[in-house]
Amino acid sequence: MKRRSFLAATGAALAGASLPASAQRFQPAQDITPLIEKITGGKKPEDGGIKIDLPAIAENGNSVPMGIQVESPMTEADHVAAIHILAERNPRPQIAVFHFSPASGRAQVDTRVRLAGTQKVTVIASLSGGRFRMARVDVLVTSAACLDEATLAT
Amino acid sequence: MILGRIQLPPSVKKGEIFQVRVLVQHPMETGFRRDEQGRAVPVNVVDQLVCRYAGREIFRAELGTGMSANPYLAFHAVAQASGEIEVEYRDDRGERGSAKAMLTVA
Repeated sequence: MKRRSFLAATGAALAGASLPASAQRFQPAQDITPLIEKITGGKKPEDGGIKIDLPAIAENGNSVPMGIQVESPMTEADHVAAIHILAERNPRPQIAVFHFSPASGRAQVDTRVRLAGTQKVTVIASLSGGRFRMARVDVLVTSAACLDEATLAT
Repeated sequence: MILGRIQLPPSVKKGEIFQVRVLVQHPMETGFRRDEQGRAVPVNVVDQLVCRYAGREIFRAELGTGMSANPYLAFHAVAQASGEIEVEYRDDRGERGSAKAMLTVA
């Protein structure tokens, strides 16, 4: 009986400890629509033309390799001016903004980002003619980037 | 002085698009962490980074806390003539750093 209760107790403790899903619930997905509108100035972004390289499953949210490639001739008349990365479940969703010019030759950037949990990552490209493109990608994060106090700060 | 490194291909042809890789040594503090004494570690990230090729800006980045520690960036540029490629950056505390490399256009 003693053994049984011990097993039940440890089992319960282990079950509690191995629940990343419940831990991730502390950081809910935010509505990033206002942020998108701020970037696009209320214009509706087009679909397509953006390739996002992000692992479907990221083991460690502290460093997730991410590559973004936007189709563009990169000429003075038609080029990608900037690429924005937004993560809806990060305590601060704006990860980065990258600015390009025709001298860049290619609208492509490879980097490493922090992701606070399984979520959709949004990429917005602002094109030289005042147009915008948007793409979203799902990523499953097994171990979220550390943010013990993210809930207090936001 | 924030340390950083810049890597270029050994030699490129004129008009070729080449990759510039930059690695900056920085903890990228999110502000959500506490030190051993339990004090909150303030936000401190490399928030501005500019890359110039022979004095002309080819790439600029505004980074947030969503970037990994020791930020890595790889981007491209069109080869014009042999020249210096310099990357400059600064963090929230105002500390600065830069890295340089020579590009050889064959």
